Amino acid sequence: MLEITDLEKVYSTGDEALKGVSMDVEGEEVVSIIGPSGAGKSTLIRCINRLTEPTAGSIVLDGEDVTTMSKSELRNARRDMGMIFQEFNLVERLTVMENVLSGRVGYISTMQALRRNFPEEDVQRAYEVLDRVGVGGMENKRADELSGGQRQRIGIARAVLQRPKILLVDEPTSALDPETSFAVMELLTEIAREEGIPVLINIHEVELALEYTDRIVGLADGEVVFKGTPDEFDQGARDTIYRAGESREDQSTPGEQVQKQQSASVDISDADRETSY
Amino acid sequence: MSVENQTEWRKHSPRYHIARWAAIVASIAVVVLSWRELNVTYEFLIFTPRNLADLFVRMTPPDWAYSIDILPPLIETVNIAILGTGLAVLIALPIAYMGAENTAPHPIAYAFGKFMIVATRSVNVIIWALFFVVIFGTGALAGVLAVAFRSIGFVSKLIAEGIEEIDTGQTEAIKAMGGSPMDVAIYGIVPQIKPTFVGVTTYRWDINVREATVIGLVGAGGIGVELNTSVDFLQWPRVLTILIAILGIVLVSEVVSAYLRKKVS
Amino acid sequence: MSKSEPSAGYPETWERPSVFYNEYVKYVVYLAIILFVLWSAWAVRPSVERVMGGIDAASILLSTMFPPDLSPIALERTYGGMVESIAMAFVATAIGVVLSLPVAVMAAENLVPRPVYYVGRAIVSVSRALHELVLAIICVVAVGLGPLAGVIALVFATPGFFAKLLAEDLEDIDEGQVDAIRASGGNSLQVLLYGVAPQVIPRMVGLIIYRWDINIRASTIVGIVGAGGIGVTLLNSFERYEYDFALTIILAIIAVVMVGEIASAIARRRVQ
Repeated sequence: MLEITDLEKVYSTGDEALKGVSMDVEGEEVVSIIGPSGAGKSTLIRCINRLTEPTAGSIVLDGEDVTTMSKSELRNARRDMGMIFQEFNLVERLTVMENVLSGRVGYISTMQALRRNFPEEDVQRAYEVLDRVGVGGMENKRADELSGGQRQRIGIARAVLQRPKILLVDEPTSALDPETSFAVMELLTEIAREEGIPVLINIHEVELALEYTDRIVGLADGEVVFKGTPDEFDQGARDTIYRAGESREDQSTPGEQVQKQQSASVDISDADRETSY
Repeated sequence: MSVENQTEWRKHSPRYHIARWAAIVASIAVVVLSWRELNVTYEFLIFTPRNLADLFVRMTPPDWAYSIDILPPLIETVNIAILGTGLAVLIALPIAYMGAENTAPHPIAYAFGKFMIVATRSVNVIIWALFFVVIFGTGALAGVLAVAFRSIGFVSKLIAEGIEEIDTGQTEAIKAMGGSPMDVAIYGIVPQIKPTFVGVTTYRWDINVREATVIGLVGAGGIGVELNTSVDFLQWPRVLTILIAILGIVLVSEVVSAYLRKKVS
Repeated sequence: MSKSEPSAGYPETWERPSVFYNEYVKYVVYLAIILFVLWSAWAVRPSVERVMGGIDAASILLSTMFPPDLSPIALERTYGGMVESIAMAFVATAIGVVLSLPVAVMAAENLVPRPVYYVGRAIVSVSRALHELVLAIICVVAVGLGPLAGVIALVFATPGFFAKLLAEDLEDIDEGQVDAIRASGGNSLQVLLYGVAPQVIPRMVGLIIYRWDINIRASTIVGIVGAGGIGVTLLNSFERYEYDFALTIILAIIAVVMVGEIASAIARRRVQ
């Protein structure tokens, strides 16, 4: 399904984030990428749909190399890759339904997008998926009215509505509290199995990876240092992955991340009004 | 408490004391010097309160019958504000795009955007009106252009700030789902800057209603023309009617603009 | 790819919740707005000759404007007008602030009885609504041409800004400190002086500087109606078609306004 070969990424700052990563995702399995912060996990996920341009190597999805695609080919390829983000990345000021339907945005015309005019079957399925992820009845709420857990459920619904060939998931739980994290992971893996979609998931918490995924890829300093099933993951493997010191704390706390999501609204003080004379 | 003590201590530090007194003395000196610079005739000054009171007596009661006649210029004032704001927004959008750090296509464009923002903001509406009256003659057209040019800087500055605050995560999500650049604009960018856009536009319109009341003093249309004529012909009750009318439309537009901004937050 | 197909029982359409009654009302409202704007545009439409004449006039205007007139006499007149404008701004700020202080107290809901509060708010509203130039044109008739009229106009315009914002600060004060003075038997004036004033003085100084900044801008234009300052010189230059001199004046105004803005920003930062 997805085959990554010798993938390299060097940022313009000179940082070598990925130093020749090779791995694959087969059939309907759930594969997790674990590793300390700064190991290149997010970069790897983002290179697959080229939100970050890889420097070298190839990414073959369903027999086609993503890295050599033109812009419009890439857009079509991206329709087949659902993505779930660390900070949900919902369009905060739109309704839940608009966010979920936006998963189909690659299939409709600009005019339809403008009028929010989606095919009937998409709408019907959106209702169904919303029910499935446990936020049925909230379709008319605005995304910024929801809690973190609810937002990530919408994020999952949006990705599923895309009917993707693979789900790319970037730290889905690091902005959530531990209890919600387990619930979201459970839902995510369950729904992927129901729909028969393979999942590549970059995750910070090893416990979640062990519990919910079929295969684990350990990444350290831009290189693959472990490949195996959760059963094969022992203390030795843990030491190899995290050998370069303990896993450092993530940069920001969940609270801050949710704060950052608040979209800008205008607040013009009287001061501004007066200076305009 | 320790913070309190600290400010207390700072207040009583001799340097702070001296600086404060120096500032007060300097301010008074500047005001006194300024007063002398103005060469105000003291007889005039003594009569000022009486003159103002006199004028007020002559103004009352307002000429209510006249209020029918000033309806067209009042509507014109509001129209000048609407068209001026609309035109300003049209011109301001590309400037805001250039003047926002994250969307500026080129450093030169960015510099140009910033320059336009500063330049249009620093010239008062009445000066713009003088120019456009010279070019297009007296009338509302000059007023619309004056109001528009005056507003460009304000509108583009605030919209540019709105663009700079866009959360790229949201636009990235649309991109990741295979959205075209148009889809990214429609789904990712428009919802994010809509409140800024509506807020800035209605706020500026509200300010412009007030500005549109004076451009008539140099012949650029609106109620100011009536005011100028009535003052020239010493028709004081009419002047008071106009003042009340201005007060009315300014207050109404303030309420309307506040309501619209609340709706779109 | 997906195994489950949409099952029956879910709606096939979805309408975005709208602030309007329904979609048709929405389009009617939008249409009405568009028609209104078009109608306003029609009302101010220029004739073709006007536009053609305008292009000529603009080219003449621009060619006379550049380069700006930098002859000694022009600079001297600009300097004289500018000094008068700046002096007006200082005097108007001083008088305006003194007169606005009682208005600010009156417009603070927590300090005065209801009827007084309404009077205070009314003064603020009227002062805010009337543009400096509207006030100036009336003051010119009342006290004659010259800077005195301009100063009075700016003084009248001060409460709309200064009293309004100061009143908002007064409403936010810590009641505990006020009660302490009241409890120790202070009268109303003592309460204001010892309980209220210390809490708002830093903000007040900031507002005074801010108002001065605004007065600098305003004092450069009130001359357009004869109320003194550089505006008089500017209007004269326009009436005599001395556009190169007008440009000199406008550049000087821009420079002074910018310096005033920067000075006010620095001063306010130091105070707070």
